[in-house]
Amino acid sequence: MPTDLFSRRELIELGLATSAVSLVPGAALAASEESGPAATPGPQHTSDRVVRSFTINGTAYKVEIDVRTTLLDVLRERLGLTGTKLGCDRGECGACTVHIDDQPMLSCLVLAAMSEGRKITTIEGLARNGSLHPVQTAFIEHDAFQCGFCTSGQIMSAVACVRERRARSDAEIRERMSGNLCRCGAYPQILAAVRASMSLEPA
Amino acid sequence: MRSFQLHRASSIEDALHAINDRDTFLIAGGTELLNWMKEGIVSPRRLVDINPIAELHEIRVESAAIRFGALARMSDIAHHDTVSRDYAVIREALLSSASPQLRNMASIGGNLMQRTRCPYFRADVDLACNKRAAGAGCSALTSDDRVSAIFGRNEHCVATHPSDVAVALAALDATIELRSLRGSRTVPLNDFYRLPDRSSVSETILRQDELITSIVVPAPAATRTSRYLKIRERSSYEFAMVSAAASVQLRGEIIEDARVALGGVAHMPWRFRTGEAALKGVKLADAAAIRHAIAGEFVSARAGHHNGFKVELALRTTIRAIELAGGAA
Amino acid sequence: MTQQIGRPTNRIDGPLKVTGQARYTADIAVEGVLHGALVTSTIPSGRIVSVDARAVQKLPGVLHVLTHLNMPRLHSLESPPAGDAVLPLQNSVILYEGQPVALVIASTLPQARDAARELSVSYERTDFRTNLHTNLHRAESRPLYGQPPGTAVGNADAALVDAEVTLDHTYQTADRHHVPMETSSTLAIWRDARLLLRDAVQGVTITQQALARVLNLDPSQVDVQCDFVGGGFGCKGFIWSHQMLAAVAARMLRSPVRITLTRAQTFTLHGYQPGSYQRVRLGARRDGTLTAIRHDSVLAGSVAGPHVEPAGWGTGSIYACQDVSVSHRVVLLNKGNPTPMRAPIEGLGQVAVEIAMDELAWRLGFNPLELRLKNYTDIDIAQGRPFSAKKLRECYAEGARRFGWPTHMPAPGTLEQGRERFGYGMATALFQTFRSTARARVTANESGRVLVETGTQEIGGGTYTVLAQVAAEVLHVPLSKVDVVIGHTRLPEGPMSAGSRVTLSAGSAVQAAAMNLRRRFAELGQRPDQTYESVLRGLGVQQLAAEGEWSPARESTHSLYSFGAVFVQVAVDCDLCIPRVRRVVGIYDAGRIVNPKAALSQMSGGIVWGIGQALLERSGMDHQHGRFLEKNLAGYRVPVNADVPEIDVSFIDNFDDRAGPLGARGIGELGSIGIGAAIANAVFHATGRRLRALPILPEALLDAAG
Repeated sequence: MPTDLFSRRELIELGLATSAVSLVPGAALAASEESGPAATPGPQHTSDRVVRSFTINGTAYKVEIDVRTTLLDVLRERLGLTGTKLGCDRGECGACTVHIDDQPMLSCLVLAAMSEGRKITTIEGLARNGSLHPVQTAFIEHDAFQCGFCTSGQIMSAVACVRERRARSDAEIRERMSGNLCRCGAYPQILAAVRASMSLEPA
Repeated sequence: MRSFQLHRASSIEDALHAINDRDTFLIAGGTELLNWMKEGIVSPRRLVDINPIAELHEIRVESAAIRFGALARMSDIAHHDTVSRDYAVIREALLSSASPQLRNMASIGGNLMQRTRCPYFRADVDLACNKRAAGAGCSALTSDDRVSAIFGRNEHCVATHPSDVAVALAALDATIELRSLRGSRTVPLNDFYRLPDRSSVSETILRQDELITSIVVPAPAATRTSRYLKIRERSSYEFAMVSAAASVQLRGEIIEDARVALGGVAHMPWRFRTGEAALKGVKLADAAAIRHAIAGEFVSARAGHHNGFKVELALRTTIRAIELAGGAA
Repeated sequence: MTQQIGRPTNRIDGPLKVTGQARYTADIAVEGVLHGALVTSTIPSGRIVSVDARAVQKLPGVLHVLTHLNMPRLHSLESPPAGDAVLPLQNSVILYEGQPVALVIASTLPQARDAARELSVSYERTDFRTNLHTNLHRAESRPLYGQPPGTAVGNADAALVDAEVTLDHTYQTADRHHVPMETSSTLAIWRDARLLLRDAVQGVTITQQALARVLNLDPSQVDVQCDFVGGGFGCKGFIWSHQMLAAVAARMLRSPVRITLTRAQTFTLHGYQPGSYQRVRLGARRDGTLTAIRHDSVLAGSVAGPHVEPAGWGTGSIYACQDVSVSHRVVLLNKGNPTPMRAPIEGLGQVAVEIAMDELAWRLGFNPLELRLKNYTDIDIAQGRPFSAKKLRECYAEGARRFGWPTHMPAPGTLEQGRERFGYGMATALFQTFRSTARARVTANESGRVLVETGTQEIGGGTYTVLAQVAAEVLHVPLSKVDVVIGHTRLPEGPMSAGSRVTLSAGSAVQAAAMNLRRRFAELGQRPDQTYESVLRGLGVQQLAAEGEWSPARESTHSLYSFGAVFVQVAVDCDLCIPRVRRVVGIYDAGRIVNPKAALSQMSGGIVWGIGQALLERSGMDHQHGRFLEKNLAGYRVPVNADVPEIDVSFIDNFDDRAGPLGARGIGELGSIGIGAAIANAVFHATGRRLRALPILPEALLDAAG
């Protein structure tokens, strides 16, 4: 690493090191430069806090939360599962799509307090034993993303679309995937990735 | 979002005991209520989660009807075998609503309780809106009213109702079963909604202490076919600019019975009873005659500043929906 | 070793993006971070009379409320690089609805958000203007980025008088918003007198320089880092209030502060593309020769900043017309300052010019394609010099072939199939190639890995991958051995991700650095069969680095443009009047294409933008309250997957060594140009009704049909 212009160690201490992007499937960041999810600081409402348990990506979690907290905020702000994105916070973009009991839903419109005992799958839970889910591979092969911000939600919808097998034509796939906005306009490539994934999967 | 207490209702009785005050809201799918709370449109002190009540989730095929529990998900109803086979208009209305994710979350009861998409009602700040605060005034009356109603509009509000499936249910003469601690009552869907007035922000006749338990749709006549046609600028994931649900029974090429309801045009699904009567005996292939038969309904249409086009668009949409339902398009 | 440049290559950041591991700014967790929520004005003009922060200060978790009463004074910064010329919270003056009036800082984001909602601000409202249409008579000239508001070659007015055929129409475009899926987010951290900003920006260096200026710091005291941007499209190019306020708040509170804009705030806090009225006058001979073009634009401008969208800048460069005059005027409105948006300049201007050309073609009885070919030019007449390398003729030919463009166009409104009318439309696309100085460093490590570093950004174009390809090609190493670090101000300075310049500029710098590295290894005695790592091991050093720089020549003998031809089929329901795009063919000459896979995606993505521009996107204004009517993604309609038909895009390869050593030119904006006009032209062909305002609304077609 270059050291003449800036001290990497200094940045690591601040949780601010740059990360190199390399062609390693599922590569995590080059250095574990970031602190874990911050403990909820500061004074809180004393009332209206609840304890809930969920299974997320196969792991059981028990968290104490403010009753107003959305599932999206629990994932991102409490559990460090930041692959799920906040795009609108109003159910109008699909970036926050996760699977709840295997069905794609919008985590920005789910109260975590109402999700007791639910099985939740996020983008982080699709890969198995270090190898990508076939839909993830298809997204790479078909270049089905550009900036990548909507991609987690797109893939969660695509996995459901492939699994449900209700869409049988390009038009039907487009319709099934229309709950996920992509401002880069990667829609033709997303269609191609989903179509390819459907022929890969046994009927 | 103001904080609230969350109560998990274990039974209908339990839920009914819990909703006896104005600051308590029922929550089902949450896709609407959480939006209102995030925008500050409502600030409940208490939410009653009715999802644990198993009987409200049922879809039951009965001898002369189909019954949807209020908590049946939009996607479950749309993909139900009987609905797919016999109630095309319901299936199409549901599948043209929102997005797959939202349909997996939203309940049919909650869908009927949606509130308007009028941009003034939905604004990120508090603008004059009689649906936010009765008596506050109506911003749409004096500003951009492109998406506003053409039927039943008045000085209190010009907003439209956003539900698609309500329009289908209106055409099929569905009824809504309501329960309170005082007992039950059954209300035709076409009487469930109310036009805007001075006194209330509410779009429905649902009382504070009542709960929707189920929606009942009579079995269709054997030969009747039905379709839902939704007109919008975006091809998907958008509310209707106008829509029409039509159910048509033919004798040969002649319309013997027709049911027509419109969406996106009024504060409620707008049923065309006079037009339906006039459609009897009209030849399905005769578009001019269909137009003539329903034209009387449009005598009462009133446009605002920017939505005049909706009158003609609604007329054409209605004609096309009738043709589709009759199998002619 | 296989060739890397020109090979369709999967993105090297793909595995991070498909697994949710790519960290965007709002994803970065930092211990002790505080959250800022902005409060914005609810009036479009006037002043703040009072702010009562006492009640909010007592709310749980609230640590501070920053208003104009306690905000430190910022050092002045012109626009650009400031987005608005008016810096945040410096006084009580309100110039537009949605302007920042306070920042509430709390321990958690919900606390900050709730408190922001509760903050009591009272205003005195004064008269305001938000309506471009009713204020056209107030249009005034302003300089455009230091250039004069109008330019001319020849004498267009005289040529119009002499023309055998003339055409004079005004075309309208609507206010539009960028709406990237990632709302702007910034995280400010101070250590001693140094600021570190993790930010979602299209330029780390411009952000560093601008922030240093407003905070009166030396640029060396400010670092900006950005690993991934979740879409920018122009709205993350300049410096807006949230970055300045986060930096100030973090310094005051001695804690890291994060501000992430809400979706609603993105509609007023980082610009928009201004609506326009563009009057185009064309003069021609009956044989189709264009003899005059006048392109006079009136655009929405802002009382809060100087932006003038230069809609006519490309107009004199499209066709072989010797008499061209272009002007720009703005109407100053109580709206935030507009800012460039994909595609600026030609993206707006060619809507008008290319619909006008279609009108002229039909008027003269020419096939629209033939009229373009008749007026083809290899000389950029506006600049008085040849194009660097232009294969637009090939684009037209290949596009027409793939599309099946009719030699004889059927009359408008005559093609019917079932209940639909359909029609064909086409348009030309030009986009000026921007270039800028770039530096890069390439390092060979004893592990066998190669590191590429340059301070540019990844906004979705595939920059990580392209830069790796260039280094791998020069160094003859597999792509899998190359790591890329970008998006930091301590790296060799790279270009902004704006104006479609990154591959050309940063790629050329990486190429130079990699060649320098090879030279150093050669000087160290590297044998042809010897790997870099074995040389390093032999020398007992861990790594060897070389830097490279590339600058465009100051004086250019040629005009640099990328080109395209786009062909569209639309269908319009005969009764219901909703147009749908059924097929698009786009053929482009953008120089050499480094990664055809990513480049084709970017082109089809641009076409999706054009579908939005033509049929959907419009930021309606509530003139009663002086605010954008629908600040959300249900009201502002961007295309969804179901709006997008089969899109066939391809490139005419054209190594352009006049653009730079890589042979590449700009592509990022190009796909979104031409398509809007092509759709409007196809709607005319389908319906026989000429619509001159985008987006095409159903009511316009209904009125036309009725």
